[in-house]
Amino acid sequence: MAKYTKYPELLSPNGWCPGCGYGIIARLIYEVMEEKGVSQNHIYVGGVGCNANLYGALEGGNKVECHHGRAPVCANGIKALMPDTFVFTIQGDGDCYAIGMGETIIAAHNRFPITVFAVNNANYGMTGGQTAPTTLTGQVTTTSPKGKEGKPFDIIPQMRALGVDYCARGTTASLAEIRKLKKYITKAIDLQLQERKYAFVEILSPCPTNWHKSPLEANEYIMNNVIKYLPLGEYDTSKEE
Amino acid sequence: MVNITLQMERCKGCGICIANCPKDALAFSNHSNHSGYEYVQVNEETCVKCGTCYIVCPDGVFVFTETITE
Repeated sequence: MAKYTKYPELLSPNGWCPGCGYGIIARLIYEVMEEKGVSQNHIYVGGVGCNANLYGALEGGNKVECHHGRAPVCANGIKALMPDTFVFTIQGDGDCYAIGMGETIIAAHNRFPITVFAVNNANYGMTGGQTAPTTLTGQVTTTSPKGKEGKPFDIIPQMRALGVDYCARGTTASLAEIRKLKKYITKAIDLQLQERKYAFVEILSPCPTNWHKSPLEANEYIMNNVIKYLPLGEYDTSKEE
Repeated sequence: MVNITLQMERCKGCGICIANCPKDALAFSNHSNHSGYEYVQVNEETCVKCGTCYIVCPDGVFVFTETITE
């Protein structure tokens, strides 16, 4: 018999497109926060992009909207002033890897105890599906009508080179992967709460609207194509040394 | 006893729950909610309350309540 979980109290109906993975990601993060008892003592630091719909979907809770791409360093500052508060960011791939790459790298290098959730949907979703650094080779977008040339940007090797304690990549594209993703999110949140360590989790999310696919086709696209370029898994070095 | 209720107003008709339901207990209802999306309905006779739909739903449509009957 399955274990039933209550839908997080802070989340109200959201404004994301049908089939978007953001709804599952927000639910998992707030579920884990409720389980850990920090749903009343947290600050969500958000960037610009589709993740901004979460501001409207939150009933209560503390939230800060930063300049485009600057969420990790804002979270660093908040954590420095409020060390007992759980601080996390949710950013899209355009926010985290394009305009905010400098801040993402600096935050990972500083290793302040914050948790960064980067949602990768392989395009700039909110502005109409333009080519992003994470767009796959040959993927057609509004600014690459003949398919993108070059490889998609992979953040995990960069994070490992920077020596972060925990980085992982999951996806919302299948039932089994959602279960695994919740474990990654739990571990990342635990690292901040118990060991005061930085953790980075990338989540591959479908974008049916801009990929011009049905929600089910978009999930299949992730499982058949995206994970060939961006393999799933976790890299945990927090217990070593 | 576990009860399943559906919050139709939250449903966006993506159909991910229908594809993942192991008992084929979910289907589109041919009715639209206020947002204009065709929402899903559950066949309570075949539903085994496994919770799969809750896990895969991006919009929090499915609510499971556990009631104890004496």
